[in-house]
Amino acid sequence: MSRYTGLQREVLALYRRCLRAAARKPADSRSHFKTFVTREFRRYAAEVDRKDFDTIEFLLRRGNRQLEVYGDPNIKRMTLGS
Amino acid sequence: MAALRQTPLRLLASSSVRRAATPQAIRITTRGLASVTTMPPTDKDPTPKKKEPVLKKFQIYRWSPDEPAKKPHMQEYTLDLNETGPMVLDALIRIKNEQDPTLTFRRSCREGICGSCAMNIEGTNTLACLCRINRDASQTTRIYPLPHMYIVRDLVPDLTNFYKQYKSIKPYLQRKEPTADGKEIRQSIQERKKLDGLYECILCACCSTSCPSYWWNQEEYLGPAVLMQAYRWLADSRDQMTGQRKDMLDNSMSLYRCHTIMNCARTCPKGLNPGKAIAEIKKMMVQSS
Repeated sequence: MSRYTGLQREVLALYRRCLRAAARKPADSRSHFKTFVTREFRRYAAEVDRKDFDTIEFLLRRGNRQLEVYGDPNIKRMTLGS
Repeated sequence: MAALRQTPLRLLASSSVRRAATPQAIRITTRGLASVTTMPPTDKDPTPKKKEPVLKKFQIYRWSPDEPAKKPHMQEYTLDLNETGPMVLDALIRIKNEQDPTLTFRRSCREGICGSCAMNIEGTNTLACLCRINRDASQTTRIYPLPHMYIVRDLVPDLTNFYKQYKSIKPYLQRKEPTADGKEIRQSIQERKKLDGLYECILCACCSTSCPSYWWNQEEYLGPAVLMQAYRWLADSRDQMTGQRKDMLDNSMSLYRCHTIMNCARTCPKGLNPGKAIAEIKKMMVQSS
């Protein structure tokens, strides 16, 4: 029996896929991608209420789209803002 | 051509020069060809009376992805209809220009050709540029984005899936061999007539998003707009891939989720009938099997 709901599992799956995509980036900018991923997830984890399903679903959709764009092997560098 | 068009004007001018002795003749020559006859001077005040302002309220759906936790809400704007153009798009542009620059919507041609400004106005999917504002100021006009679509911002729906479906039907001419004489592919008048009422579709997505079947099965069911385009290529006498096109639609979801609800034909801002086109595809499928 899983301790997580379907939505929670979806979020965790996206997080895992994002981290894997970050690990495939070239070594010199890998940490930037990783910081970006964790920062985004932690930010919304703190901001969004865990029962606010509409928002979580929207963020999931947006996350998937961003993963599609940033996960492209042609994207090799990322500069983080403050 | 320009010289030809100008001759009557020149004739008029030269004849008036000759008769320029009286002031009346001068007045005639200063009148442009298309201008309205000027009123004879009277004692009354020449400035037109200011019209009574018609203050109309608009309620518009607002949602911003920048604050994802904030729920969508309706925002109210008031416009004087005497200073606004006749169409809903004019009102939206005026609100954006003068009251709230953050209001977001798609628009381009403002004459019902591009299909960018499709939205739900007073409960009907239509193009804002073809929809007249209801002059009754006691009623509030409510404007929503196209129903049951993911929203990018305010009145902008995410049409990615819609375009992906359109791409999946291969909306272009497919041929196996060139024509016998190597010239263009010719059609008879009857063959061309079959495309009337199909090719005019501008893919505004008004019909698809008004279809309950499409609401519940957006991923698999192609929806009226895309199916009508599928039929447009099935019906084209020049296309030689009719068999493959039919095979692609031959499953329970792509085509047969249409239950002839006919919301598509009722809402189409171009007056087309996607429901009929889908029925024609179904007929073709039966005939071939």
